[in-house]
Amino acid sequence: MNSPPRQALDIDPDEPIIRATGVTRSFGDVHALAGIDLVAQRGQVTALLGPNGAGKTTFVKAVATLLEPDGGELLVGGVDVRRDPQRVRRLIGLAGQSAAVEPALTGRENLVMVARLFGHRPPEAKAAADAVLDEIGLSDDGDRYVKDYSGGMRRRLDLGASLVGSPRLLLLDEPTTGLDPRTRLELWASIRALVQGGTDVLLTTQYLEEADQLADHVVIIDHGRVIATGTPTELKAQAGQDVIEVRVRNEDDLDAVGSLLAPLGTEAPRVDVPARRATVPVVNGTDRLGDMIRLAAEHDIALDDIGVRRPTLDEVFLALTGVPQ
Amino acid sequence: MSTTLFQSSAPAPSTLSIAPPAHPPTAIATASTYAGRTVRQYIRTPQLLVVNAATSIMFLLIFRYVFGGAIATGPIPYANFLIPALAATSGLFASGIVGVAEDAESGFFDRLRSLPVPRGAVMVGRSLADTVVILWGTFVTIVVGFAVGFRPQGGLGGSLAALGLWGIYAIALSWLHIFLGVFAGRAQAAQGLSFAVFPLIFVSSAYVPVESMPGWMQPFANNQPITMMIGAVRSLVIGGNSTELLGHSTSYFVIRALAWSAAIAVVFGVLATRRFKKR
Repeated sequence: MNSPPRQALDIDPDEPIIRATGVTRSFGDVHALAGIDLVAQRGQVTALLGPNGAGKTTFVKAVATLLEPDGGELLVGGVDVRRDPQRVRRLIGLAGQSAAVEPALTGRENLVMVARLFGHRPPEAKAAADAVLDEIGLSDDGDRYVKDYSGGMRRRLDLGASLVGSPRLLLLDEPTTGLDPRTRLELWASIRALVQGGTDVLLTTQYLEEADQLADHVVIIDHGRVIATGTPTELKAQAGQDVIEVRVRNEDDLDAVGSLLAPLGTEAPRVDVPARRATVPVVNGTDRLGDMIRLAAEHDIALDDIGVRRPTLDEVFLALTGVPQ
Repeated sequence: MSTTLFQSSAPAPSTLSIAPPAHPPTAIATASTYAGRTVRQYIRTPQLLVVNAATSIMFLLIFRYVFGGAIATGPIPYANFLIPALAATSGLFASGIVGVAEDAESGFFDRLRSLPVPRGAVMVGRSLADTVVILWGTFVTIVVGFAVGFRPQGGLGGSLAALGLWGIYAIALSWLHIFLGVFAGRAQAAQGLSFAVFPLIFVSSAYVPVESMPGWMQPFANNQPITMMIGAVRSLVIGGNSTELLGHSTSYFVIRALAWSAAIAVVFGVLATRRFKKR
């Protein structure tokens, strides 16, 4: 057996896996992508993070060659998605928002079908399907009909379907939306395993925690533009500020605590009534913490907990977009 | 087995030990893979096939026994008048439209579009599968037709020619399905669109002679494609003088039926494929 002719799939090793420069795409008056600039490096998981309607799915569809950008330049491994979409398709695997697997086929049949459509001949398609079933932990369920699969199994199979062509770049559009917490953890584990094998991944998510857990590089987008990029740690540092968090014993004291925190912080405090908690971003966290403890004592407010901590990605997001998640 | 590994600074493509395919899929592999999946989908969802067959049988029995007695078809026995028409239009009752729309809605089309497949071949694959499903309806109609008195009188040649035409109609109408399904984009919208073809079926010579319709309706009913397609198979199976019995010669109907079938396949095929390719 000859070694596969890799030439057709070879891509410029010096190019990042995705390079977007001023990519735009409009639907009528809606500028879904209003000039996206981003670089996704090889050997990394890049997360596109943003609220609904930020343009995440539109960007993934542009990379997946489902939508053509109106303007700008979008390269996958140096290959232009507008000029040579057919070549881009040989480099990518897409798992969209809905698990696009066929319920009337078995898991294995689904994978063989997609492997054939990637270009595998029947024997290689079977081998690829077997290898993927093993990888996504569905070997024992491979011959069951997908209509009998759980939601999480379908998502994993969908992830597997995007892998049977051994793509260079895996595109995952909101891979865990709608999954229960346990299934989400399972899918995260599958994605991490893939990444360790060296597949480059671009994923979109609305969950800051997901980006924090999976991504080496986070790109926050809103209204079709990139508003911040960096590692999760860098982004937390970029929002910069310590947060004082106070939990009161009696819910009645929460308003009073809110007004005591207001002059200490750099922004208006956020009050979470069910959690009996108020938070505020501050400069010089330790000093302000002392102030707050003193003020609480002066006003006879009983506290269950008080502390100073680094911001979560949630708060970073809020600081950058001005919109609560 | 000797292997020369290509060395590059890039990380390995995947954890999979399987090399990426050397070539994109051929048109034949693409079409047969999609067709195979769709036919299996039908076979393993028996309610689809049963509903298909039941709809055909129900219409057949209602017209044969409820309305048939009131419909005057002159010297042609009503079963011989009705069955060729129903077999020709079974493609208009089939559930292909919804199936196509479901593939669009479920994200399956998006996956296909992200794969290095020849785009036109995807649509051809769908057409192959839907043709098989339509022919299933045609088959059921003919079998039940025999049970209710259908007896072809046109000889073996006529019957074989009619079979060929039914096959051609199935291909042509499968493209109508694909077009409507691709444009509907959602299963529910497609369900509604399935009824859009009803005027074509009923304002034709399928169930009643066109002469019994109001004068303003007759030019449409006489000349629309379904009437031509029905006229062709009907004149082939009833035997006797077609011009006397149906108003036109067999060749008049057959030529127009073939031209309409080709036009339907080409126009809807091109429109559906363009829509599928659109980025």
